[in-house]
This record gives sequence, structure tokens and C-alpha cells, in this order.
Amino acid sequence: MRILAISGSLREESFNSRLLDSAAALAPAGVEIERWHGLRAVPPFDEDLEVHEAPAPVAELRRLIADADAVLFSTPEYNGSVPGQLKNALDWASRPHRTNPLRNKPVAVVGASTGGFGALSAQADLRRILARIGARVIERGVAVGHAPSQCDEDGGLANESLRDELVAVLDALSGAVRARELIAA
Amino acid sequence: MSNTLTAAQEGIQAGTWALDPVHSHVGFSVDYMAGSFQATFAPFDATLEVDSSGAVGLAGTARADGIKVQDENLAAHLLSPEFFDAEQTPELTFASRSFQIEGKDVAVEGDLTIKGISQPVRLSGTIGGPVVDPYGRERINVTLQGTVDRGGFGLDWNVPLPSGEPALANEVALSAELALIKG
Repeated sequence: MRILAISGSLREESFNSRLLDSAAALAPAGVEIERWHGLRAVPPFDEDLEVHEAPAPVAELRRLIADADAVLFSTPEYNGSVPGQLKNALDWASRPHRTNPLRNKPVAVVGASTGGFGALSAQADLRRILARIGARVIERGVAVGHAPSQCDEDGGLANESLRDELVAVLDALSGAVRARELIAA
Repeated sequence: MSNTLTAAQEGIQAGTWALDPVHSHVGFSVDYMAGSFQATFAPFDATLEVDSSGAVGLAGTARADGIKVQDENLAAHLLSPEFFDAEQTPELTFASRSFQIEGKDVAVEGDLTIKGISQPVRLSGTIGGPVVDPYGRERINVTLQGTVDRGGFGLDWNVPLPSGEPALANEVALSAELALIKG
């Protein structure tokens, strides 16, 4: 089972990107989590560009989503919501709406912040956006608040109960993938 | 209902009455913002069975991806997990538990299954005929209306208006017009 991991942060030492790396390390047997690094290269969404072939970073993102069994997002929070670059990438990925690769795709959202709430508002917004795109949104998430104090010196998630919550998200996500496979069979 | 007539007393023969899809429709209406929003499902199927005692059973099926609306992106939204979740639960079904006829009035109770969730529903309407059509086939026509709470089927999407009121009502009016031909 292949899970594509998308961090909404561009920062090199991002807690959200590290959170996805922790998810990859905690993935149950048979689940492979691969992080996408192309967010910075996605141009601003522009309908005028849609008459041409999709820009290469967009085509790559669509292909990676289509090839993955599920997508795990980790989002920071700015002004109470998702960062613009992540929404921008989703706007690209979601078109055309009827056939977009996120349709029916199991997705889960986690988030980290230096503040106390662990990007809860951004996570809620991202779930709403993903549902609108047509994805199969897992309600369970993980909110890593006060991120620096929850991580080890390498940035990995150290808090045991948060690690358990992250594993529960991965279990729910892989369960949704298996439910889809049963229907397809 | 002591004065309820059986199908036989209304002149409706025992046997299987099959749907004439060309002259039938099934759909819903739900209040949305200042007005209402309607959609139909096509194709769909329905069968009315009348046994030798005159007892009537009605069963119907439609596919979620048969929903007919004016915009393809709206259709895509309605088929997504947020609404009908057509991938996981592609079929909508109805099966009656009782079907009462009184004159031209009908009262139906049954189970409606949407998004994999069955809920009891009460429908009322009329029955017309029987008449013999130009091809010698016996026909009846059943119209049915009823209301359901869409939240009971896990269809709970909404968006708030600036007033704070929800844009989409929970109560959904169902309607069906079933042209049926005796097999």
C-alpha cells in the first residue's frame, strides 16, 4: 500500500514535514509512505494556463496522487487556516473536478504548530476542502501543539501518546484503502 | 383500516406490474437558500407485485450515479463521499412493508436505503387505472410523495448563510410517478 505524504510547509526544518517523516517511520508493515517535495515548484493556479498541458510540477503531483492508494497531509496554520501554497496545489490537483485524482481517494490530515493548538483550525479547513474536492476524508487527525517540545533533536515525534494517535490515523487510512479494494474486487 | 379495499376490489389484477420507464420519474426536492433544488434519477426500476389475495408490494432501485442535475460539477459533488458516496454505495433502494389502497388513494410504508442506511418512510399518493393501452396492455399509474430527513442517511453536508441559517434544508421531499404495465 502506497501513501503519498504532502507537507503544507516549505520550510526546510518544518515540523509538519518532520511529522510526515515520523509517520513514515511508524507505518505498519506493508504500508509505504513517500513524501512529495514538489510543492515549491507548483505555479500559481491560473485557468488561462489550463488550455495548455499542465505545468510539469502539477502533472507530477496529479500522477503521484493517482498512483497512491491514499494521501496523508500535514498542514501548518497561518491566520487560522491552510497555507496558500497548499491550497494552490490542491486547486491544481482538483481539476477537472469530475475526474480529479483525489476523487474517492482516502485522505487524512494531521498538523503541527509552535502554538498550543496543533493547527486544528487549518486541519478542519483542509478536511472541508478535501471533502469538497471529492476525497474520502478520514475524520481522525493528530494535532501536535507546542511542536518543539514534542519532538526529539532530529525533529521526530517523541511524545508517545501523539505517536499512538499518528499510528491510529495510519490505521484508519489503510482501513479506508482496504474498504475501497473490497468494493473494487 | 377496516374500509381499505384490496387491489382486486379496485380492479387491479394479481401478477407483476413492470415499470414503463419512459413515462415514469423518481426524484426529490429540497429547500436551498431562497428556493428549492430538484433532481431526478434515471434510469431507475420499480416493480409492483399483487398477490392472489390482493396484497400489494412495491420495490424500486436507482443508481446514485444516475442523478440528473444541470451541472456536471454539481453532479460530481453529489456523487462524492460528502453526499451519496456513489463509489461505496452505488445503489438506492426502496421496499414496501405495506401498501394500502382506498379508492384512488394509496398509503405506503417501507424502507428506503440510501448510502447504505435503511430508514422507514411513509409515502402517500394516488393510483390511476387500470386502463388498456393502444397495444392491448393493461396499465396503472401510481404517484407517491413523502418526506425524509437526509441526515438520517448520512447526507449532512451544509454551508451557513451570512445569517447563520443553513443553506440546505434537512427535510427532503420525495416524489415518484410510476407508470406500470401488467406483465
